[in-house]
Amino acid sequence: MFIQGNEACARGAIKAGCRFFAGYPITPSTEVAEELARILPNYGGSFVQMEDEIAALGAIIGASWSGLKVMTSTSGPGFSLMQENIGYGQITETPLVIINVQRGSPSTGQPTMAAQGDMMQARWGSHGDYEPIALSPSSVQECFDFTIKAFNLSEKYRVPVIILTDEIIGHMREKITIPDEVKVTKREMPQEKPEDFLPFKADENGTSPMVPFGEGYNIHVTGLTHDERGYPDTSSPKAHSKLVKRLCNKVLNNRESIVSVEEEFCDDADIILISYGAPYRSVSAVVKKGRSEGINLGSLKINTPWPFPESQVLKAAEKAKDLVVVEMNLGQMVHEVESVARDKANIHLISKIGGELHKVEDILSKIREL
Amino acid sequence: MRKEVRIAGFGGQGVILAGIIIGRAASIYDGINAVQTQSYGPEARGGASRTEIVISDEEISYPKVSNPDILVAMSHEALIKYLDDLKDEGILIIDPDLINEEDIEDFVKEHEIKVYRARATKTATEEIGLRIVANIVMIGAITNITKIISLDAAKDAIVASVPKGTEEKNIKAFEAGYALNS
Repeated sequence: MFIQGNEACARGAIKAGCRFFAGYPITPSTEVAEELARILPNYGGSFVQMEDEIAALGAIIGASWSGLKVMTSTSGPGFSLMQENIGYGQITETPLVIINVQRGSPSTGQPTMAAQGDMMQARWGSHGDYEPIALSPSSVQECFDFTIKAFNLSEKYRVPVIILTDEIIGHMREKITIPDEVKVTKREMPQEKPEDFLPFKADENGTSPMVPFGEGYNIHVTGLTHDERGYPDTSSPKAHSKLVKRLCNKVLNNRESIVSVEEEFCDDADIILISYGAPYRSVSAVVKKGRSEGINLGSLKINTPWPFPESQVLKAAEKAKDLVVVEMNLGQMVHEVESVARDKANIHLISKIGGELHKVEDILSKIREL
Repeated sequence: MRKEVRIAGFGGQGVILAGIIIGRAASIYDGINAVQTQSYGPEARGGASRTEIVISDEEISYPKVSNPDILVAMSHEALIKYLDDLKDEGILIIDPDLINEEDIEDFVKEHEIKVYRARATKTATEEIGLRIVANIVMIGAITNITKIISLDAAKDAIVASVPKGTEEKNIKAFEAGYALNS
């Protein structure tokens, strides 16, 4: 198929088992919703256009608890509205997928132009301590593959997972291959009988099976700090600490199996370029061109901005003298790179805002100055 | 070998669909790599409209077009707006009925641009009886002049991209464009 990144996200969702979508259209993400409005009914799924993005996330949280795999899609302004319910999704451990096709911002900004300005919002946008999982595709094929991966991670760890894509990747068309069979994580029912089951009891590192409403189990879902039964327990320091640490640790303790990076030419590189999403397309061309000119460049492509691939970035810093972060904002993920690697390598930022992809020559000329 | 193509005109001429069809022909039916992008600015509504295609036998990293090898202009406004970006000795395909060639004579000479004339709109109106297939006529002309996609791939991609029931008319339009003697 020769399709857009946004359409590939929709196709990936269907393949991963998504059967409920609620959303509110917004450029440059609308094609995700359009495609699902067209094809979801063919798979017995439901599409609902909501009154706004707050309601959209509310609707998919509810649908997830009814037993369905769920998704919504949006861009910056809608992502801002979703923040409150993202926190609710975190504390209630509700599997769901959010596609954020980033555009120029803040506020309504540049609807038709690309940006990566929501990276830290995805990390810290809702109040409180929590650990998000986010994936950033750099091609149309990755839009498809990462959406499936997002659903699988979401089900495995019972967390909201965010696809942080952008207008360039969302709107461009490339060939993708849709495999007949993909690995799909299914929701499992507990071994215990309803009377013995505690829906929020889990190991220190893990989570528990998610039982939907209507299966005979006693389910109470609340945004308040709750005990293992799911009942509010809001004044016990111990209960709160136990719950929030468990929620964070289920991601942090599994960081190495969640994170994904791709290294190219890093082993002998003097300078390693770090990128994610659309700018990787420029970086990849820069590395080839730089090498042809005798500059030993390498690329570290981050597929999972969150949780941040700390050990992988540290490894890059131990190899190269300089790390160059290329991103379409005024410097967001560069802070993470600095906090991990500032003692090991010189950290530089090549930032670009305004909506256009970094030009190959612009990056190269900055690298030549290092 | 990387080839960059830009097709520009005004909204409603189907230039974006032309870009999708060329990208699909290259990547799906010719089996080489292609990336298609389009301008999403407010100018897409009624004013100028453009699409860009990168075609290569190697993997395409940078997906955007800055200096096209081939520029197809279906309006005078688009021609003037994008001509400066065309590579020296590049290929320029124009619909001469929509363009005032006098305005570009100096540029064409100075940069040794190879100019081809394809009467896409007139052909669509007079031979097919449907002005809206001018974009498909133009794909025919592009295919014959530039050989960036094969004849069979172009036809297969058209059939896969146009609404059901219109395949025959569109293939006729393509063939008329392919036969245009520029």
